[in-house]
Amino acid sequence: MSGKPKLHYFNGRGRMESIRWLLAAAGVEFEECFLETKDDLTKLQKDGSLLFQQVPMVEIDGMKMVQSRAISNYIATKYNLYGKDLKERALIDMYVEAVIDLNELLMTHTFQPADKKEQHFATIVDKATNRYFPVFEKVGGKEVTMDKTFLLATGFSRADVQLLETLLMAEECKPDILVKFPLLQSFKARISNIPTIKKFLQPGSQRKPPLQEKDVPKLMKIFH
Amino acid sequence: MSGKPRLTYCNGRGRMEPVRWLLAAAGVEFEEIFLETREQYEKLIKDGVLMFQQVPLVEIDGMKMVQTRAILSYIAGKYNLYGKDLKERALIDMYVEGITDLMQMILMFPFSPPEAKEKNLDSIKERATNRYFPVFEKVLKQHGQDFLVGNKFSWADVQLIEAILAVEEKIPAVLSGFPQLQECGLFKELSLSYGCLKSSTRRN
Repeated sequence: MSGKPKLHYFNGRGRMESIRWLLAAAGVEFEECFLETKDDLTKLQKDGSLLFQQVPMVEIDGMKMVQSRAISNYIATKYNLYGKDLKERALIDMYVEAVIDLNELLMTHTFQPADKKEQHFATIVDKATNRYFPVFEKVGGKEVTMDKTFLLATGFSRADVQLLETLLMAEECKPDILVKFPLLQSFKARISNIPTIKKFLQPGSQRKPPLQEKDVPKLMKIFH
Repeated sequence: MSGKPRLTYCNGRGRMEPVRWLLAAAGVEFEEIFLETREQYEKLIKDGVLMFQQVPLVEIDGMKMVQTRAILSYIAGKYNLYGKDLKERALIDMYVEGITDLMQMILMFPFSPPEAKEKNLDSIKERATNRYFPVFEKVLKQHGQDFLVGNKFSWADVQLIEAILAVEEKIPAVLSGFPQLQECGLFKELSLSYGCLKSSTRRN
């Protein structure tokens, strides 16, 4: 047994991508087992590996963990990316939950029926630029200075990782989406330069590309 | 200033109900402000009180907390309802997240169009009896303890009780195949907090 965490999911971003980001940011090597067919999923369900019959599932420290938030919480705590006390954790949680909300919008865009796509896109842009980005641009209600490094004054945390992930996804959706957010642009550049993250952003890493429409039928076959 | 947590939401369950449950289970008195008009809500946004322009909002320990899970995690951590170590926490998180998926179906149910209601009710019943309740029935049977994690009352137990009662309101006989869930100590512990729950803090 290698001792490395083992991720079970399909070969794409979905609900596993944030977990890949966190592990990568923490410098933790991991293995992946990709579901290619419905049989692969059924096998995992039948052998009792999936507590609620669902993936993501991550084998880590003797546990078969499911539920992406539970998994992310565990990894973040284990690798000291979750703040130093309850109040910092609370702040991180507020940021992360908002980022997850935006992430969810971005993730579901590919699955929108053709007649809903344009409106969904408009919703994404509206929420990103009016609800979420302004908060992070101006964290804590004070103007963020150019030398502020992380979302939390006390240091690098999962909030930084998950915000970067979502900023990049948002840009894939609309390349100039950060045009009015200079501090988020510099945040993006800074966090991308952290060695573990820089490595993850390079070609050949375990980071997954965006889901293409042509891949959706295969996905539906596995999960529906 | 009373020092009690102050909850701002509409006068109904929605996304605030798990927070009410958890505070009640922890024996913590709280105050509530009910949003009755759009103007009230817009004022909150204008005052910059809602970090992401959304409720629930819970003012607690000098923070204006938003995002339900953030609020619940904080309360659970503060009142020792989150396990004794990282691994117990992991179990509690898994259980809570699973139950939350089921609760989400119940939350959305009133908003389904009339023609979809029966189908959605069937889905709730199917998921409750085939996916979620069997897991907790098995957990309780296997360790024979009163509570889900670490032989101690936790957030997972509170969330499960809330879910069981919410599903029973829609499907009264839903626990008929689950003797452990019917009998277990969850309900003993709950009766201690029941004073809080019986009062106006439990919404309809």
